[in-house]
Amino acid sequence: MIGSRARSIFYTIAALISLAGLADATYLTVQFLTGETALCGGSPDCFKVLGSAYAHMGRIPVAGFGAIAYFSAFSFATFTAFGYARARRLFVWIVWAMFLVTLWFLFVQAFLLHAFCRYCLFSAAIVFLLTGLVVASPASE
Amino acid sequence: MRRFLPFVIVGAVAILTLGSAVALYRAKRPPVLTMSGDRAAAGKEGNESIHVRGRADAPVTLEEFGDFQCPPCGALAGPIKQLEKDYDPRLRVIFHHFPLITHQHAREAACAAEAAGLQNHFWEMHDLLYREQSVWSKAADVRTLFNSYAGMLGLNVDRFKKDIDSDKAKERVTADQKHGAALGVQNTPTIFLNNRALDPTDLNPGNLRAAVEAAVKAKPPS
Repeated sequence: MIGSRARSIFYTIAALISLAGLADATYLTVQFLTGETALCGGSPDCFKVLGSAYAHMGRIPVAGFGAIAYFSAFSFATFTAFGYARARRLFVWIVWAMFLVTLWFLFVQAFLLHAFCRYCLFSAAIVFLLTGLVVASPASE
Repeated sequence: MRRFLPFVIVGAVAILTLGSAVALYRAKRPPVLTMSGDRAAAGKEGNESIHVRGRADAPVTLEEFGDFQCPPCGALAGPIKQLEKDYDPRLRVIFHHFPLITHQHAREAACAAEAAGLQNHFWEMHDLLYREQSVWSKAADVRTLFNSYAGMLGLNVDRFKKDIDSDKAKERVTADQKHGAALGVQNTPTIFLNNRALDPTDLNPGNLRAAVEAAVKAKPPS
């Protein structure tokens, strides 16, 4: 059994990690909306990835969906830390979904675009961390 | 109280995130650049080069500040050339150098284009440099590649070799850069359509075509 204090600390850490991802995804969303990803100012790899067709769906940047996902993960982790048992299941689901999406985007960068964007790699690292927490978290509540 | 605390925290983070995003958006949003008539390319003097494709009396002018090593500029070079063909004789295109300091070979490439221009082959070199961007951008010895491009275009290579290092070529590039800086250009590509800069979000083939189409329709043939 996991103690409520330990659970609280565990999910507070998960919430803080999600916040870092939220900041990253929000920054990328703003960059897209200001058109910065369409200009030379960053590295060529940045343009290759963030200026590619994989970086947006119509006029909506995928980073925007990422921001929503990170915010959801943050919210569920926070509620779990405060003892809302149902939130834990939602947190686990969204983290696994983010993990699968991250694998897809890593594939796209490595094999289709042959370029990596450092913000995307940072986001991938955050998702892997969250996934590690989910795997490591004691199942019993 | 503790029961409501997570709602407060989540709400506060939502407000903070949205507020930061709006503040960041406002800070990063580039200003709308416009060109007054006296600063337009047609009225330039001195060392500035004028590279124009299309009829001088075309009602629509697309003016680009570009960097040959900039990938987004390279990605737009083909679509702009296609626009020139599709909207001829109603569109003219003007190119200005704006080599960014972050690109190792950009200035040398601009000088290569000017050296080709001194033999009346600026646009051929312009197209070739953009087409081969991924090759020479990563090359250690770009000069050999540029010389071979000059040969491919049928230029006098010995003259090209001298001209690329000439003060005239360098001055033209510098003058273009100063011209851009005076207009507020900071990034590349910066594209003016009839003296008004396009929004960076419109710098993709689809939106650029739509903007040109709208400009052409707004100026019907007299």
